[in-house]
Amino acid sequence: MATDAPLIRLRGVTKSYGEGATQFQALKGVDLDIIAGDFVAVMGPSGSGKSTTMNILGCLDVPTDGTFLFRGHHVERLNRDQRALLRRNYLGFVFQGFNLLSRTTALENVELPLLYRGDAKAERRRASMAALEKVGLDKWWDHTPAELSGGQQQRVAIARAIVTNPDVLLADEPTGNLDSERSVEIMHLLTDLNRTSGITVLMVTHEPDMAAFARTVVHFKDGLVERIEANHAQGEVVE
Amino acid sequence: MLGTTFLLAIRSILRHKLRSFLTTLGIIIGVAAVVTISTLGQATTSAVQSNIASLGSNILQVRPGQGFGRGGGGPRPPDFDEADVEAIRDQIAGVTAVAPQAQSTATAIYNGANWSTTINGTTNAYFTVQPWPLVSGRTFSPEEEAAGKAVCIIGNTVRTNLFGGGEAVGSRFRIGNVSCDVIGTLSTRGQAGFGGDQDDVVIMPIKTVQRRFTGTRDIRLMLVGVNPAYDGAQVQQSLTQLLRERRNISGGKEDDFNIFDTAQISATITSTTTLLTTIVSAVAAISLLVGGIGIMNIMLVSVTERTREIGIRLAIGAVASEVLMQFLVEAVALSCLGGLIGLLIAQAAVAGLSIASDLPFLFVPQVNALAFGVSALIGVVFGYFPARRAASLNPIDALRHE
Ligand SMILES: Nc1ncnc2c1ncn2[C@@H]1O[C@H](COP(=O)(O)OP(=O)(O)O)[C@@H](O)[C@H]1O
Ligand SMILES: [Mg+2]
Repeated sequence: MATDAPLIRLRGVTKSYGEGATQFQALKGVDLDIIAGDFVAVMGPSGSGKSTTMNILGCLDVPTDGTFLFRGHHVERLNRDQRALLRRNYLGFVFQGFNLLSRTTALENVELPLLYRGDAKAERRRASMAALEKVGLDKWWDHTPAELSGGQQQRVAIARAIVTNPDVLLADEPTGNLDSERSVEIMHLLTDLNRTSGITVLMVTHEPDMAAFARTVVHFKDGLVERIEANHAQGEVVE
Repeated sequence: MLGTTFLLAIRSILRHKLRSFLTTLGIIIGVAAVVTISTLGQATTSAVQSNIASLGSNILQVRPGQGFGRGGGGPRPPDFDEADVEAIRDQIAGVTAVAPQAQSTATAIYNGANWSTTINGTTNAYFTVQPWPLVSGRTFSPEEEAAGKAVCIIGNTVRTNLFGGGEAVGSRFRIGNVSCDVIGTLSTRGQAGFGGDQDDVVIMPIKTVQRRFTGTRDIRLMLVGVNPAYDGAQVQQSLTQLLRERRNISGGKEDDFNIFDTAQISATITSTTTLLTTIVSAVAAISLLVGGIGIMNIMLVSVTERTREIGIRLAIGAVASEVLMQFLVEAVALSCLGGLIGLLIAQAAVAGLSIASDLPFLFVPQVNALAFGVSALIGVVFGYFPARRAASLNPIDALRHE
């Protein structure tokens, strides 16, 4: 694969909800290239199609029309189970609302993707504890979500998303439910993962403060990509 | 992968103890109620049927008087005598045997044991008109019958109370003023159709009873055996005709005796128990339905609750079939566990009620299998199919589910 070929390429991606008179087009033909190793912030007004795009990129939803290439492969031609395997092996998703399994310890939540991947128990333990250590929660491994703060829950969710060493980490407003101090902690974590592990990070955010951590900022408007800007000042806030 | 599925299913069951308990409870109650109700229904039916059977079929009971609740005033009609017995036996076609009976009560004493019992004087014909096998010994010899010897055949209750359940044939005990040799013991017959222990009896030759206990030669009851090949009504009519002639009852006057046809009674009661069985089956079917709807509700609520969980599992890379297999294992495990507990509770309830109500304890395999099968099937189907619907959604739609 040539180095300048994008990891992800969207061409003319549309998404319609409903049928007939009540039909609504949330995406009207999105074109977007994501380079491997990039840290992308997705911004735009509410309802502009950011989440819809993220869900399609994360294979949680399918486009109505258009082309979605991942490492040169046509994702829109995959069936349900093939999309599941793509999620399992290459993608990690972090939600605004954490979406951890309740009554389940941090370790067991993080371990779950490895269980579905069929890893042996010892390997699952080792990788899960390593992921929890990366997010700074290895001491909290036996706590359930109810016993953790919002920031901690989001860090468990991040550990669960990265435990399989995915190519891409998708995060839809990961700091949306957190105060600014917790938000900055999460941003530092994502930046660190992007720099040290080389994970491509795609993150939706409303806040310019959070977008400032990204290298590239994609602006959405009315179901289309409005403009893309390089953030040369990336990391200045961090230092 | 199967190991993983089981691990996930067991974890999920243990993590949601209340939910697992409620699911199981629905099935427990469904199975226990259905099995208890239908087993008790069957026990009642079979108790009634065995009571009818113990009356003996194809027997006409002939008594002086106008039957139950009739013939109040006036002189008491005469009892029968030996000549009546012989006339019925010899002159009416279709009669297999006629057993006269003379009854009394007395206290029996043996080795310090006391037992007040019924004395039934009859002939060997008694054992011909109805099947009542001896467990040991023999019936009366012609000399014993003719001479009115003090010999007896005893029922099981008497044997238990006088002889401690041991062998009684060959022993001699006192009954009233008579010293009596035991020549035979009877098999157990159980409760009579309408009260009374049929095994609480001492049977002696009728001459012995008439001479030593009742003091008359009168016969208060005749059991007339009817050959099943003959028309019962026809035999009964000939019998009525014969007795009217012998008792000089002319033209318009009413009979001063009555004939009680056990075959007819048992036909009536059998049709009643058939109705009872039908009602019990209907009640069981309704409780199975109600139990099933309860199980359905719990499973549906639980799966709706769990649609988001299914979304999470799909989002982190589970293939739909893996999620479904986990739900199937959970549903099967909970349904079978609930079904088994339900069956155990039902047996305990049936045993308790049978002790409290004198009904026999029954285990009806078909009822148990049907209740278990239907409940478990409902549990599995309603645990599995809503999960299948949830797993067929796009992960994001399952996640958004409220
Ligand atoms: N499941 C859905 N059904 C109908 N309309 C939807 C659905 N999801 C999103 N939409 C609509 O699509 C548009 C884009 O939504 P979304 O991508 O969530 O916007 P945002 O940029 O705020 O994340 C919105 O107008 C929203 O109402
Ligand atoms: Mg959104």
